[in-house]
Amino acid sequence: MGGGTGKNLNLKLHVWRQKGPNVEGQFVTYDAPGISTEMSFLEMLDVVNERLAEKGEEGIAFDHDCREGICGTCGIVIDGRPHGPRPRTTTCQLHMRSFADGDELVLEPWRAKGFPIVKDLMVDRGSLDRIIATGGFITAPTGTIPDANAIPVPKENADIAMDAAACIGCGACVAACPNASAMLFTAAKITHLAMFPQGQPERSSRALRMVAQMDAEGFGSCTNHGECESACPKGIRVEFIARMNADFVVAQVTKGRREAQAGDSSAG
Amino acid sequence: MDLKSNIPSGPIEQKWSKHKFEMKLVNPANKRKYDVIMVGSGLAGASGAASMAELGYNVACFCYQDSPRRAHSIAAQGGINAAKNYRNDGDSVYRLFYDTVKGGDFRAREGNVHRLAEISVKIIDQCVAQGVPFAREYGGLLDNRSFGGAQVSRTFYARGQTGQQLLLGAYQALERQIGLGSVKMFPRHEMQELIVVDGRARGIVTRDMVTGEVETHLADAVCLATGGYGNVFFLATYAKGCNTTAIWRAYKKGAGFGNPCYTQIHPTCIPVSGDYQSKLTLMSESLRNDGRIWVPKKKGDTRSPGQIPEDERDYYLERKYPSFGNLAPRDIASRAAKQACDDGRGVGPTGLGVYLDFADAIGRLGKGKIEEKYGNLFEMYERITAENPYEVPMRIFPASHYTMGGLWVDYNLQSTIPGLFVLGEANFSDHGANRLGASALMQGLADGYFVIPYTIGNYLAQAPKTKVDKTHPEVKAAEAAVDARTKKLLGIKGKKTPMAFHRELGKIMWEYCGMARNEEGLATALEKIPALREEFWKNVSVLGTPGEVNQSLEQAGRVADFLELGELMCRDAKERRESCGGHFREEYQDDGEAKRDDEKFCHVAVWEYQGDGKTPTRNVEPLEFENVHLATRSYK
Ligand code: FES
Repeated sequence: MGGGTGKNLNLKLHVWRQKGPNVEGQFVTYDAPGISTEMSFLEMLDVVNERLAEKGEEGIAFDHDCREGICGTCGIVIDGRPHGPRPRTTTCQLHMRSFADGDELVLEPWRAKGFPIVKDLMVDRGSLDRIIATGGFITAPTGTIPDANAIPVPKENADIAMDAAACIGCGACVAACPNASAMLFTAAKITHLAMFPQGQPERSSRALRMVAQMDAEGFGSCTNHGECESACPKGIRVEFIARMNADFVVAQVTKGRREAQAGDSSAG
Repeated sequence: MDLKSNIPSGPIEQKWSKHKFEMKLVNPANKRKYDVIMVGSGLAGASGAASMAELGYNVACFCYQDSPRRAHSIAAQGGINAAKNYRNDGDSVYRLFYDTVKGGDFRAREGNVHRLAEISVKIIDQCVAQGVPFAREYGGLLDNRSFGGAQVSRTFYARGQTGQQLLLGAYQALERQIGLGSVKMFPRHEMQELIVVDGRARGIVTRDMVTGEVETHLADAVCLATGGYGNVFFLATYAKGCNTTAIWRAYKKGAGFGNPCYTQIHPTCIPVSGDYQSKLTLMSESLRNDGRIWVPKKKGDTRSPGQIPEDERDYYLERKYPSFGNLAPRDIASRAAKQACDDGRGVGPTGLGVYLDFADAIGRLGKGKIEEKYGNLFEMYERITAENPYEVPMRIFPASHYTMGGLWVDYNLQSTIPGLFVLGEANFSDHGANRLGASALMQGLADGYFVIPYTIGNYLAQAPKTKVDKTHPEVKAAEAAVDARTKKLLGIKGKKTPMAFHRELGKIMWEYCGMARNEEGLATALEKIPALREEFWKNVSVLGTPGEVNQSLEQAGRVADFLELGELMCRDAKERRESCGGHFREEYQDDGEAKRDDEKFCHVAVWEYQGDGKTPTRNVEPLEFENVHLATRSYK
């Protein structure tokens, strides 16, 4: 195996192997000789797995699907860095030319309370879906809606919305954060939807509900390390967290006022 | 096989409105009493599941990914067509309809295509209401661009991530329904069997990909929105997990398979670099708006592109198709690239590549402008190839990208099994023999948001309301079949991995049933595939146990189905003795251009399963063209 046009590397991999969620895991070391620099990181793992299979050993389980950096399925912590050494690059888009002959690499799953391990390098990120389900949407049931151009949106706002909406939901931000916080993920969605006129009616409730769900899932809080931004393969910016915090504060104040008023009127 | 298209009568522009009025309705209070299954959570699946739940149906949605947001619709880059005519450039519903019928080389149903064009307009409205961040102009209105095969600017886009943004819109609508309890979501679940009771689709059997548990889910109707089967070629632009299992199971339970040989080979993908290659990456077709495609005029010219002077380059698309030039439709552009390479003029280390050159555009518009338009694509190219496309031309080559074929459906999206509906790329669809750029997203969302919510009601209102429970013999039989198959795969304990078989199948398919096909090659493939399949069932090595995450077992199951489907594709390609759209039979051509045979083949070929080891039957649904007259498709 191997082939191709690049050079060949001989590597050693220390890979986290864990049979299932409730069993203990451990590092297992594999030699990976003759890896072409033209391969993607996941193709390198394919090769390792094919070689294991030929020996009758079960392959390393890892999540992947599109292999083009957009679905957000893949994610391996490589030498302590989610998605590895190359900035703004998902694991599937990382190529072996980023490594040198003789390198020893440590491969681990995302580690966070909100992401229980499923097997080996696979984790359960259902918590991120549940955060979206509580408020990460604009309520617009399919049906009669105004013409798309009825509401102009300033280009600057649309551009910021798109920057935030580029999030692929991979969870690298959580894996990178010392507190395993999901702030960057949540903030990106809140920012995206807050940039549109259509997003305004639910703006406050959205922020409150998504933040509450984030806490309920066991994600930590943000203490401004900024590791999330450097790990993000899509360049989502920490400034979105500031925007989210602002929305959250406003929402809490108005909610407090509304509750106080409701209390007053029921008392009267 | 009953192949009634159920296209409503009357003038083309009124068919859908008339049909909407004539369809039976389910009383709002009764909708809760109906259970509907949706398999797949891409554009068609997510939008369909969310929209049906909004209406009040009880929906269960399944996907093999860990989250519905990851379905491969997410990878569509370029855009979505809609006949909004915001540009005032002469677009209209009729023009989009016309372009799509012609683009599909007169092998799609007029009625369906017109409905698609009508609905396209509402899709954009729906997406904007959800907050999809489409590109906008400085005045705040939506921007458009022109896209492969169209002479008007009707494509809406969100940078190079249109599919992602549309899918996230549908996903968010779906998550909202999950939050409200109207959709129950089953991620990491793969459909293994269809349950048919008294001739109607009544449920599915799935495998929980985490625990390995085999589960039965029953319903009043089943929808499949499981995407295309282009991974049969192994190397393709599809996600690695995309597979044919759901539709193949349905086929084997009696659903007709329409035009399996219609596959789209996309002209602009990054070429293969080595034999370890696991997938191919698409470079958006939008690049053809500014990039110029060329190869050296001389055979075997190994000079670097910069050293080849202008007059020694062959800008073959501009030369052959002066009015469309680099924007010629996909099938035509792919074939032309193949011809250049067959001619010995291909570029790059393998000789299987052509240049896509931005030097002129950079000279004309400046690097900044090009970066603004295509920055993320250029970055992606650089990441994969380590070459800088601002300085050296990109190298591209065609790759399997989409399948126009799929399960046959009538106007209501219902397959030949009552109660089984098929949406999006999984059905044999509205694209005929070739799909135009930016039309897949349109069709997926049209089916999900605006067609299935109506037609499912029409079906449920008329179907007998009977109860099926898990002890029904058909249910037991379906579960037993799944168990038996898993045991069989694990019990072979052979020597070759599922991936090795998949690669081999891919090679056969690409060679004999790829961009160009002929009688002899297809006959060869029809010998090689059954032999490979036989070897698979004797010598595949599937490790691990059934009751856990088992990626080797998942892969083996999918490859087993591809090994059967591949044969059907070749059979269909062999029987269709004409060239049309993406189906190019070397024997039927006019100097490299596809030559249709409308006398003999102006029909949909619908294959009917007859049992393992038996030759399936080929049925036909004739196609009639009342509005767009059959003509030779010319882009010259
Ligand atoms: S596999 Fe889809 S982003 Fe990596």
